[in-house]
Amino acid sequence: MTQGRHIFSVLVENKFGVLARVAGLFSGRGFNIDSLSVSETEDPNTSQMTIVTHGDEAIIEQIEKQLNRLIEVIRIKDITKENHVEREMILVKVAVDTAKRGEVLQIVDIFRARTIDVASESLTIEITGDENKLRAVIDMLRPYGIRELVRTGKVAIMRSTGK
Amino acid sequence: MLMRGAKLLIESLKHEDVEYIFGVQGGAAMPLFDELYDAEDIQLIPMRHEQGAAHAADGYARATGKVGVTLATSGPGATNLVTGIATAHMDSIPMVAITGQVPTQLIGNDAFQECDVLGVTRPICKHSYLIKDSSEVPEVVAEAFHIASTGRPGPVVIDFAKDAQFAESEFYYPEQIELRSYNPTTEGHPRQIAKAAELIKNAKRPMIYAGGGVVLSEASEELRQLATSTHIPITVTLMGLGAFPETHELAMEMPGMHGSCCANYAFTDADLVVAIGARFDDRVTGKLEVFSPKSKKIHIDIDPSCIGKNVWVDVPIVGDAKNVLRELNKKVDRKTDIEPWLRQINEWKAKYPFEYRQKGDQIMPQYVIEEIYNLYSDAMITADVGQHQMWAAQYFKFTEPRQWLNSGGLGTMGFSMPAMIGAQIGRPDKTQVNINGDGSFIMTIQELVPAVSMKLPLKIFIINNMYLGMVRQWQELFFNKRYAAVDYHDNPDFAKLAEAFGATGIRVEKIEDVRPALEQAKEIEDGPVVIDFIVAEEENVYPIVPGGQGLGDLVRNEEDARKGLSGWIRGLA
Repeated sequence: MTQGRHIFSVLVENKFGVLARVAGLFSGRGFNIDSLSVSETEDPNTSQMTIVTHGDEAIIEQIEKQLNRLIEVIRIKDITKENHVEREMILVKVAVDTAKRGEVLQIVDIFRARTIDVASESLTIEITGDENKLRAVIDMLRPYGIRELVRTGKVAIMRSTGK
Repeated sequence: MLMRGAKLLIESLKHEDVEYIFGVQGGAAMPLFDELYDAEDIQLIPMRHEQGAAHAADGYARATGKVGVTLATSGPGATNLVTGIATAHMDSIPMVAITGQVPTQLIGNDAFQECDVLGVTRPICKHSYLIKDSSEVPEVVAEAFHIASTGRPGPVVIDFAKDAQFAESEFYYPEQIELRSYNPTTEGHPRQIAKAAELIKNAKRPMIYAGGGVVLSEASEELRQLATSTHIPITVTLMGLGAFPETHELAMEMPGMHGSCCANYAFTDADLVVAIGARFDDRVTGKLEVFSPKSKKIHIDIDPSCIGKNVWVDVPIVGDAKNVLRELNKKVDRKTDIEPWLRQINEWKAKYPFEYRQKGDQIMPQYVIEEIYNLYSDAMITADVGQHQMWAAQYFKFTEPRQWLNSGGLGTMGFSMPAMIGAQIGRPDKTQVNINGDGSFIMTIQELVPAVSMKLPLKIFIINNMYLGMVRQWQELFFNKRYAAVDYHDNPDFAKLAEAFGATGIRVEKIEDVRPALEQAKEIEDGPVVIDFIVAEEENVYPIVPGGQGLGDLVRNEEDARKGLSGWIRGLA
């Protein structure tokens, strides 16, 4: 069976221990988490989780059903099936001295990234985008030497359906 | 009215009509026990070990259908509950487990008798709460009982910090609980029910496969109506025993690893399986790839995650078994035209009943069960885990739901005797019979103490083969008779031990003494009686579907086993 990648948008009660319940479910049942991001929504009583996972159809179905069993999960949507946008942000520290700085700044410009810190030996860049864009930027920056890289994990939202 | 947290909890339990709490005292739970000391409507049943307390609450819940309540202190008290909570969780038993916790300011401090109870119990309960503020008590209790007893039932843990047990708050009990994130589907979808009815009408080789969900949803009457009106043969799982009378002509008895040949062959040949409140457990299906390959499947279950988890389902119906069956029965009220299939079923039944051979003058364990059935057919039976459990399931004919209390899912040895105490307290009108093993009895033997103190008329029958028998059987068949860590010949004399506890102890070593001893036990009403039946040591449970094999490959009896043994070893390698 195909190992599809899925993004679950999970709305949960903003209560003590919810993250542990969700994470525990994944580890306890042997499901994979590729990335997970969680934060409060516009309603302080709820939190939004974006969970990226992969597995065959049966596993994805089980993940959705098992998440639904958790008392504090309000709503789950497998938004991979829907028209949606997804974004992730990375902060990357690139090793550049003054000689190469110009080249790297050009890459920053082309990808509409931002320089957020400059030092004599390095440059720190912030980039937001979908998976393809982020991969492309990292590929471009790698030859200069990536000292450190952190990423937020994906967040995703459904597109409005017109009108 | 202002009252301290501990009193708020007890008052809340009264609002949930709790009559009994099974508990063990300890430091972080002292205010709670103090409140129970003179509580009039709630009786504390003090047990000797927290595992026993949890099993007793569980047994009470299984026997009555009400929520069982257990209470323990923090740290080791709570960790001792864990096996009992997990047992209830695996079998979907409604239970509320309350644990004392160290004071709020000490939480996370590695304090004396501190343990992250929520962390430890998270994967083995339906939901859990930590109360750090006494004003939350009534709402938490109301939610806990609501969650434990609705949908697919299960245990809920309430961890209660000691300072909050002392802190005063206003008592106000919520009339109704509404949780936006918890709304179990109880009514089956009409279109799915119609589809199921079509399949049932057109099937040529249909069977019903019913499980513990039927007992939990009190749907036995509806199940009986479905089977008898359509005349479809039915197999009931270990967890469902009694949901349909095993004495009925349509009953095929239990399926699975040690199930009847008839039920297993029926699965293999059926063209339609109607699963009701059963979860296609590995002990039922055997090797999944060859499980019931010719059949379409209808699966009725209140938990959507159970449907399609192990086996592909053609018609899933999410809902409460009772509601769904009631609707389904309106659409299928006629005898199905399946005469050749029924003839086949009856042939299997006649040809391959559960059977054993008398060996010399030893007491055969199956014979003891038969005699228990002859003398105690109306009793409520608790059984433990192992060979005696399978023989009890095979040779006792259960006719009523909640007549059989058993740790089917987790398979917890030591479950049955404390569970029986809960059952006795919940159903004093029933004779309580415990069928136990020599290995499992001693695991929770300390609970004889409260049983004796309360003068409970418990009938405890030990099928003593001086081995951890089920494991020994597997060692004999699959591990070249290398009997590692199963020899229990150093068992104490259980009859004398029972006497030391203050119970009546009887040791039975001869066949002719089996029945008189069982009759004698009937007369003992002022306390527990323990009969230690010294049975044939190396008797095996048959039929057996060896692990990893399909149901059709079951080994019917000893003769089959002798012939097929080398084949299994190859299969396992």
